Amino acid sequence: MNTLGSLVVDDLRVSADVELVHGVSLTVAPGEAVGIVGESGSGKSLTLRAVMGLLPRGVHRSGGRVQVDGTAAMIFQDPLSFLDPLARIGRQVAEVCAAVGRTSPRAARVRALELLESVRLPDAADLARRYPHQLSGGQRQRVLLALALAQEPDLLLCDEPTTALDVTVQREVLDLLAQLRAERRLSILFVSHDLAVVTQVCERVVVLRGGRVVETGAALDVVTSPASDYTRSLVDAVLPLPVPAGGGDD
Amino acid sequence: MRWVGRSLLSVVPVVVGVVLCVFFLIRIVPGDPAAMILGDQATQASIDALHEQLGLDLPLGTQLWNWLVGVFARGDIGTSLITSQPVAGLVWSRAGITAGLVLLAVGFTVLLAVPLALLAATHAGSWLDQLVRVVPTIGMAMPAFWVGLLLILVFGVNLHWLPVGGVGTGPGEPLRSLVLPAFTVALGMSPPLVRSLREQLLEVLDADFVVTLRAARLPRWRVSSHVLRNAAVPTVSLLGLNVAYLIGGTLVIEKVFAINGMGALLFSSISSRDFPVVQGIALVLALVVVVVSLLTEALVALLDPRIRAA
Amino acid sequence: MTGTATRTVPRPGVRWLRRALRNPTLIAGAVIMLVVLALAVFSPTPYDPFAQDLDHGLDPPSPAHWFGTDQLGRDILSRVVAATGTDLRIAVLAAVVPFVVGVAVGLVSGYAGGWLDWIVGRVVDTFVAFPFYVLVIVVVFAAGTGERGIYVAYALVGWISYARVIRAKTRSLCRQGWVEAAYGGGLSHTRVVGRHLLPNVLPQAVVLLMTEILLIMVAVVTLGYLGLGVQPPTPDWGTMISDGQLFLTTKWWVSTLPGLAVVTTGVGLSLLGDGLADVWRLR
Repeated sequence: MNTLGSLVVDDLRVSADVELVHGVSLTVAPGEAVGIVGESGSGKSLTLRAVMGLLPRGVHRSGGRVQVDGTAAMIFQDPLSFLDPLARIGRQVAEVCAAVGRTSPRAARVRALELLESVRLPDAADLARRYPHQLSGGQRQRVLLALALAQEPDLLLCDEPTTALDVTVQREVLDLLAQLRAERRLSILFVSHDLAVVTQVCERVVVLRGGRVVETGAALDVVTSPASDYTRSLVDAVLPLPVPAGGGDD
Repeated sequence: MRWVGRSLLSVVPVVVGVVLCVFFLIRIVPGDPAAMILGDQATQASIDALHEQLGLDLPLGTQLWNWLVGVFARGDIGTSLITSQPVAGLVWSRAGITAGLVLLAVGFTVLLAVPLALLAATHAGSWLDQLVRVVPTIGMAMPAFWVGLLLILVFGVNLHWLPVGGVGTGPGEPLRSLVLPAFTVALGMSPPLVRSLREQLLEVLDADFVVTLRAARLPRWRVSSHVLRNAAVPTVSLLGLNVAYLIGGTLVIEKVFAINGMGALLFSSISSRDFPVVQGIALVLALVVVVVSLLTEALVALLDPRIRAA
Repeated sequence: MTGTATRTVPRPGVRWLRRALRNPTLIAGAVIMLVVLALAVFSPTPYDPFAQDLDHGLDPPSPAHWFGTDQLGRDILSRVVAATGTDLRIAVLAAVVPFVVGVAVGLVSGYAGGWLDWIVGRVVDTFVAFPFYVLVIVVVFAAGTGERGIYVAYALVGWISYARVIRAKTRSLCRQGWVEAAYGGGLSHTRVVGRHLLPNVLPQAVVLLMTEILLIMVAVVTLGYLGLGVQPPTPDWGTMISDGQLFLTTKWWVSTLPGLAVVTTGVGLSLLGDGLADVWRLR
């Protein structure tokens, strides 16, 4: 059975001076998309970072087990600060291609351009010569996606990738994500504080609060009939669009 | 290119300010410069004569105008009272040695401060970091000239490795004579630089883009090259900011090591009360600093595309 | 119903003191400076610092003269101790005017912004272009050597360091919005600056003051060495070091030991400044 792209997190603990994540457990099946929701400070990002092994300075994994089957790649929240401001786009992507495939610089460049085009960045050759600050937010996020795809991942970790984007751009990036997921049979672990976004992308949802798992289940179930009060408050907090009173126009 | 125009434009008021400042600095201080120059034994007649010679009896406006015209139109920054030579020529004759000393000192400073700061930043929090942080605390308390004397004692006298005074003419000269003085200046400059540099490097090391690079599992050396390139920007900036201090320190050290550069000229002019020379040196040095600052900014813009775009 | 239990929460002052007492850097710096201060004030010299004894010139360190004697037979230890008073006093006094002027200029310039800020910025840029020692030397040259020259030089030039830092800090405080709120709420400019901005910039200014006193002290000693500072026969570390340079290779103690006094005082000031910065969470 193909288990590529599966993730098992068992009783994960992360600490700095105090414990920040208190025994989080979750699984991602191959090809599945699982969302992690919760307020700021609930430990969502730290959990993702711990899975990648990329915790910030002063923070370390203090317990539990993480098992990834295959390669894991990650995309981040604010692409402007997450790209090297002094290096051209094409160069940054090509470097990853070269490191992954151990190919020649020329082959890496070609691959980089392919990747940029696959994330719907037309005119890739021109874009590749630019610097991060010369791109729009949406374009930068796609570059981060290209960087992740260059690693030929089986599992894609997403740390609030749409939070810093305009709403319309959000839509495009999420569509792109769905397309890529289908094409490459990726598993996804998607962190966001935005319930609406998470339910759009993921089949299952894990609710975190204060570093602990509060609830988990199918996305639709959790949202329509939340088991815990906390989850309910998260659901209620999503402002609905106003509906005209009475019937529609006649 | 628009950026170049704007930088040049912002430098003009500073240059004007420097020229004006030099003019007023001597005159604004309480006391009569002529009386100062002639000393206690001066008679009123000699004071008046000197006033006339220096043009101090003219109305202030005229003096200022003459000075400005002299500097900007003719490059004339005064005439020595003692030797009657143009100050510009005197300064130029000493410029080479001092420039050499300054350049060597900059080199040593970079060699000293950058590795130390890198070491501390990459091992932040460890005992190595603490050790490096202690260095500026002690270093800043040591007068550079005293350190120079210690170095003379150790290297010149006891170990006979390097020449310790004046500039010789043998093989390897004048470089060999300049090593110890340049190193002394570097020792004086490094402590505050290590401190600032370490802070800047820490910021770069903790930057978000480093996380992306590490997430992509790039080999260590590639990540380091990105980090170093980003770290170079604040480093160059900091070095440029400290150039003025470096030049000042060099002049003092010249006296310690009996180097015949601009420092020696400055101090001998001070003891002989040759105020046009003193004034001229101040002007030239300040202008050099302004030019170097401009060049530093240009270098930073070259390194950092975001600045070019602004 | 009596007996309402009052929980005493330590006042901010007491909390600060506790944090201060637990900071090793601050303690070390304070101890050193207290010793130095005591030496400066009480000047416990074993010999008269001015007493010459030409028969015993240039004696190496011995039980009779712990630091040896200089070329005129004066006891170096006594002169070093006496110079502590001189050099420290000058450094502290010279630091006052720049501190006041610099903080004021920084506050006003940062708060007012606009053309005033621009002018101050240009003035600062102009002064900053002069190598520091050149500026001080030129002013000392014009104003006369000795103490007076040093005070004038620093009054003219020393405020720059404060102005830059305080201006930046003021601007960042202003950007936080509460300043506008205070002014919009009806407080006059002077009240906003004096009662709200000033207390917030003061810690940084005081830490800078420690560094400046240190720098001024080193400059006083350097000027003494160059012959442009304190004039003989007043004891000064700089002139002592200069005196000894002639016999550096043979009678090393004349130049070396006074330098140690400078370093010790300097380290004390540095530690004090760093300690304060730690306690006030500025580092």
